Amino acid sequence: MAALDIRLKKVNKTYREGELLAGVVVVQSKGELQHQGISLLTEGMVNMQLSAKSVGVFEAFYNSLKPIQLLSYTLEVAKPGKLPPGKTEIPFEVPLKPKPGKTLYETYHGVFVNIQYLVRVDMKRSLLNKDLQKQTEFIIEYKSQEEKAKPKLINFTITPETLTNVKEKQNVPKFKVKGHLDSSCLQITKPLTGELTVELCEAAIKSIEIQLVRVETCGCAEGYAKDATEIQNIQIADGDVARNVAIPIYMVFPRLFTCPSLSTNNFKVDFEINIVIVFADDHLVTENFPLKLARF
Amino acid sequence: MVAAPATTHPLKAITVTEVKSADKKGVKTPTASKPTAKQDFVDPLSGTDPLSTGVTVVFEGSDPLSMMVKAEAGSVVSGKSSRADSIKINDDTGLSDTFEPWASKKSGILAKYTTSEKLSITTSFLSSSDHERVVIKTQTQVSTVSDKVKNRLEQLDDFEEGSVKEMLNLSQQDYVKRIEELNQALISAWDADHRVKALKIAIQCSKLLADTSVIPFYPSKFVLITDILDTFGRLVYDRLLDKAQTSMPGTRPHRLSANFSSDEVPEAAKETCRNWFFKIASIRELIPRFYVEAAILKSYNFLNTGEYTDVLQRLCFMTRGIGDPLVAIYARCYLCRVGMLVAPRFKNHIPQCFEDFIATFHQVQGDSVQNILAVQKLELPRYLSLFSPALDWILQCLAHDASENLLNETLDRCKQGCNSALMINSIMSAFQPQYIASRALVFTELIRDCEDTGLPKYILHRTLGLCLVIADTPADQQLPVLNEVWKAVVKLKNPSEYISCAEVWIEFVVKHFGKKEINTILGDIIKHVTPDRAYEDFYPQLQSVVSKIMSHQHDFSLLFSLEKFLPFVDMFQREAIKVDVCKCILESFNKHQLQPMNDPVVINAMMYLGKIMHDAVNALTLEDEKRVISNLLCGFLRLVQFGRDFEQQLSFYVECRAYFSNLDPVLITLVQSVNNLAVETRKVVKGNHSRKTAAFVRACAAFCFITIPSLQSVFSQLQLYLLSGQVALLNQCYSQGDAFFRAAVSLVADVPKTMDVVDSKSRSSESFLLEYLFSFVSTLLVIPDSPDMGVMYLLRGLLNVLQDYTWEPNSDARILVYTRVLSMLAAASQEHYPYHIDKVDSNDAMYGSDPKFLAELRAIADTLIGEMLSHLKAISGPEFAKRQSSLVLEIISVLVAFCDMSKPSMLTLTTNFWSLAQKQGQADVKLMKRIQDHVRAMADDDIPGFQTLLQKLSLSE
Repeated sequence: MAALDIRLKKVNKTYREGELLAGVVVVQSKGELQHQGISLLTEGMVNMQLSAKSVGVFEAFYNSLKPIQLLSYTLEVAKPGKLPPGKTEIPFEVPLKPKPGKTLYETYHGVFVNIQYLVRVDMKRSLLNKDLQKQTEFIIEYKSQEEKAKPKLINFTITPETLTNVKEKQNVPKFKVKGHLDSSCLQITKPLTGELTVELCEAAIKSIEIQLVRVETCGCAEGYAKDATEIQNIQIADGDVARNVAIPIYMVFPRLFTCPSLSTNNFKVDFEINIVIVFADDHLVTENFPLKLARF
Repeated sequence: MVAAPATTHPLKAITVTEVKSADKKGVKTPTASKPTAKQDFVDPLSGTDPLSTGVTVVFEGSDPLSMMVKAEAGSVVSGKSSRADSIKINDDTGLSDTFEPWASKKSGILAKYTTSEKLSITTSFLSSSDHERVVIKTQTQVSTVSDKVKNRLEQLDDFEEGSVKEMLNLSQQDYVKRIEELNQALISAWDADHRVKALKIAIQCSKLLADTSVIPFYPSKFVLITDILDTFGRLVYDRLLDKAQTSMPGTRPHRLSANFSSDEVPEAAKETCRNWFFKIASIRELIPRFYVEAAILKSYNFLNTGEYTDVLQRLCFMTRGIGDPLVAIYARCYLCRVGMLVAPRFKNHIPQCFEDFIATFHQVQGDSVQNILAVQKLELPRYLSLFSPALDWILQCLAHDASENLLNETLDRCKQGCNSALMINSIMSAFQPQYIASRALVFTELIRDCEDTGLPKYILHRTLGLCLVIADTPADQQLPVLNEVWKAVVKLKNPSEYISCAEVWIEFVVKHFGKKEINTILGDIIKHVTPDRAYEDFYPQLQSVVSKIMSHQHDFSLLFSLEKFLPFVDMFQREAIKVDVCKCILESFNKHQLQPMNDPVVINAMMYLGKIMHDAVNALTLEDEKRVISNLLCGFLRLVQFGRDFEQQLSFYVECRAYFSNLDPVLITLVQSVNNLAVETRKVVKGNHSRKTAAFVRACAAFCFITIPSLQSVFSQLQLYLLSGQVALLNQCYSQGDAFFRAAVSLVADVPKTMDVVDSKSRSSESFLLEYLFSFVSTLLVIPDSPDMGVMYLLRGLLNVLQDYTWEPNSDARILVYTRVLSMLAAASQEHYPYHIDKVDSNDAMYGSDPKFLAELRAIADTLIGEMLSHLKAISGPEFAKRQSSLVLEIISVLVAFCDMSKPSMLTLTTNFWSLAQKQGQADVKLMKRIQDHVRAMADDDIPGFQTLLQKLSLSE
C-alpha cells in the first residue's frame, strides 16, 4: 500500500499573503510505485450558507450562495512515472497570491460563512488502483491591515433602567453593575480585558458570563441574511460574588473561530460580546457590546 | 535388613496429616451443618478482609475514633511547634528553611477535616458502573461496521457532558477512593496518549471544588483534588519539556538547561503549549478554568520566560469572581501554592490575595453562606475553622521573609477589615515569632478585643504563647502580657482548653519569671485539672509541662521549695507515666546540677522521686530500663556531698540503701562511695585513727559487709569484697578485713561458669576469675595471719576452694593460679616483704622469718609443685603438647625468678622442667631464649647456682 502525505514547513501552518507555501509531498510505498502524475492544488474559498431561520427552509436549501474562490493554483509535482520503494519526499513551493480582484481573507470557521485554505495533493494511478488524495488546511493571516486596534474605553452601567425589553419593571430586582471594557477595538491576538463591579444587587447572583457572539451577514439576491450565533461563553463569576469588588473581564479569542472583523460586498463577519448576569432564580440580564477585531 | 532413607520423620508425618484433617473438618462444619449461617460466614483467609481493601491505603484511620485522635494530635502539633520542626527541611525551590512545605501540611488537613455525611461525585470517568467493561465486551461481539461505528460514537458520548453521572451517597472513604481512581484514570489516560481525556478529567476534578455540599470535608477535598491537579500540571510540563528537547528539526535531541529561556524552545513545542492554553482559556466555567490554568502555570515558561508573573496576577484577580468565600480562599491558597513553586521570588499576587480575602470576608455573614450553613446544620465557628488551613498558607506565603513593616500593615488592615479571631490566629502563626513577641502586648489587646467570630480565644492564646516561647519578649512587656493572658486562661472552664494553653504558657513563665509565678501557675493547673480527675486525660500535656520546667529551670533548690511542684508530680497517677516524669526530672538534675549539693529539701524530693522509679522496677522491667534508672540514681547519689560531715554522708548512704535496694548498680555505687568515705576519713586523720574515727571506719566496713551480699552478681560481690577488705585493712580494721577476705574465699566456690557481658552474650568467667585470683593472692601477702588461726589460713582456705572448684575441662587455670601462689609464697619467705600496708604489720614482722613459719610455707609450696607435676602428667599426651610446654615454661619462669638455684634439688627440678618443655618440640623458642638470657644475667651477677643452671639449660635448635 502506498501512502500520501503533505508536510508543510511551518509547524503552525500560518502564512501571509505573498509568502511561499513550502513543504514536501511524502510518498511512502513498500514496493515500486507506478503513477500517472502527481498534482498539487492550492485553493482558498469563501463558503456561504443561508440560515434556515432568516430566509426559510427552502430558500436555505436551494439558494445557497455561490462560493467565492480567493486562491487557486495547480501544479504538477511529478510527471507520470515510477517512484522507488520506500519514502520519497518531493518538495514544492506555491506563492500565495490572490486571484485578480480578490483578497486573501483570514481563515475563519463560522456557521454561515467559512473561509478556508487548503492544499491538496492528488496522485493519479492506473485503472486498477485507486487514486490517492490527501489534503491539509493551512491558515492565512493578514500581512498588514489598515484598520488597527486602538484603545477605545467603554464604560457601562447596567441597571434595571437600562434594560430595554422588560415588560414589568417592578419584577426586576434592583441592581447596579458598573464596569468598563478596556477597548472595543481589539487586536485579535490579545485578550479582551476589562472589569465589572457589582455595586448593588438585591437578588443573589448565580453567575456572570461573557458570551462571545459572531454576527455573520450574507448578501443574496433577495437582500441579505444576518445571523448571530454564540462562539463561546466564559464564566467570570460563579456564585453570589462580593459587592463592590472589581471582577476582571478576561477572554482569549479562540483561533479559527474568530478573525478580524470583515466586511465585503457579499458577506460580513462581525463580533459582539454579551455580558450576561444570571440571577439565582435563573432570570438573566444581558448587555450587548459590538466589537471591532483587528489583526494589528 | 536394608533400611531405605526416610524422607520425613515418621512421627512428624503423622501429626501433619492429623492437622490437615482437622483443618478440613473445621472449614467444612460451618458450611455443612449450618447452611443458614453460610452468608454470614466469612472465611478469614480469603481476600474479603475489610482491612485489606484499598480504602485504608489511601486514608488511614478510617474509623471515627482514630480520626479524632489524629485530629487531636494534629491540633497539638500544629502551629509553631511543627514550624520549628520543619526548619531543617531544605527546599530546592529557593525558599528558606523556615517555610513549611505544603506536603507536611497535607496530612494534618486530611486528618482534621472529615465528615460522616454522604458525598457525591459528578463525573464520567469512573468505572464504578462497570460501564467500560461492558463496552469492551460488546465491542468484541459486534462485527458489522455500522455497529462498530455506533459503538464508538457511544463511547465518545461517554465522555460528553450528557453522560455525566452523579454518584450519590458515597461515604468519605468511598469518596477518597473515587478521587484516587480519578487520579489513576488521569495518569493512565495520559500514558495512553489520550491527552484530551486527561484534560477532561482534570476539569471534572476541579469542578468538584466548586461543590460545597458537604462543607466540613471541603479542606480535605481540596487537598485530594489539588494533588490530582498537581499531577496533571507535572505531566503537561514533562511532556512539553520532552517535546522541546526532542523535536528540534534537523538536530539531535538536546537537553534544556534547568533555567532555560523561552528562546531556546523550538516552535513545535511552543505551538503545543499554546494549544494547551487556548484549550484551557475556552473552559466555560470559572473554577475549573482557574484551577487547570493554575495547575499548568509552570508551562508558561515555554512560551515566554517570566510570563507567569503576569499570569499569577491575573489569576489572582480572577478569584474575585468566585462567590463562595470558602471556595475563593482555597482557590487563592492554591494560587499561592503554585506561585511559590513556580516563582518563589515573585510575590505581588500574595498581598492581593490576602487583600481580596479581607475585602470579601464580610460575605461570611451574607445570605448565601448563611443559607448553606443552615442547610448543612453547621455552626459559624466550625465553618470558620474551615478557612484556617488556606488562610494559614496564604499568610505563610505572605509572611515568608517579610519585614516587620508588613506585619504592621497587615495588622492595620485587619483592624479595619476583619478583626476576627481567625485572622489573628493565622497572622500569629505565619509571621516570624520575633515580630510577634516584640509587640506581644498589642496582640493580647487584639485578642481581647477581636470579634469572637468562631475560633475560640484559647486557641489564640495558645498560638501567642507558642510565638512568645520561641522568641524574646521585651522585658517590660512580659509581666503585663502574662497578666492579661492568664486572666483569660484562668477563666477557661474546660480542662482540655485550659491545659492546651497552660502547657504552652508555662514555658514562658519558667523562662522569664521566678519562683512565685511558677508556683502560682502550677497551683492553678492543679486546681483546674483536679476536679473529676480530669488530669487523667491530660498526662501528655502535664508531662510536657514538667519537661518544659525542667529544660529552663535548673535551680533545683528553688524548684523543690515550690509548694506546688511535688503535688503537681503527684497528679501523675499512672505508674508508667509517673516513672517517666521522675526520669525526666532526674535526667535534668544529672545534666544541670553541676556542683555537688546537700540541700535537704532537694535530697528529700529526689529520694522520693527516685523511690518511685525504683519501686516501678519489677521482674518484667526491661534490662535497658533498669540500666537507665540505675544510672540516673547513681548520678544523683554522686552529686550529694556533705563535705566534712562524714557521718551525715554515711547515714545518707544508709538511707539510700534502704530506698534503692533492688538495683545492683546503685548498691555497687553505694559500697564504692562508702569505701571512698572510709579512705577519705583515713586521709583526714593521716592514718592515725582516733577512737571516734576508728569506730566510723568500722561502721563503714560494716555497711559494706552487709550490703555486698544483697548484690545479685557474684562477680561484683567478689570485687567489692576484695576492695572493701583492702580498705578495711588500710584502716587497720583487721577482723573486718578478715571477714571480707573469708567471705570472698568462700564465694569463689560459687562463681558461675559464665558471665553476662554487655550485649547479652555470655562468655566464660574463667579469665575474670584468674585475674581476680591473681590480684587476691597478691593482696594475701600483706594480710597478717589471725592470731587464733594457723599460718596462712586464708591461703590454705583459698587453695582448698580451688582444689574443689570445678574448672573448665581442658583448662590449666588452676595451675596458673598455683604458679602465682608459688611466687607469693616465695615473697612471703623473705625477711622483708616487697610491699606493705601503711601501719599494718604483715607476716614478715609478725613471724620474723621464724623457721616454723618458713617450713609451713615450704610445705605448701611442695604440695603445689606436686599438684603441678601431677597435672603435667595428666596432660602429657602428644595432643596436649603445646599446652604442656607453655605451662611448663610458665612454671620455669616462676622457679627461675624466685627459687634458690644453689639447692641441687631446685636445680634438678628446673632442668627437668626445661627438658620437658623441649620434649615435644612445641615450646615457644623465643620465651625460652628470654628465660635463658635472664639466667645468664643472673649468672653474670654471680647469684649462686645460676652458673650451673645456665650450663644445663641448653636450647635444642
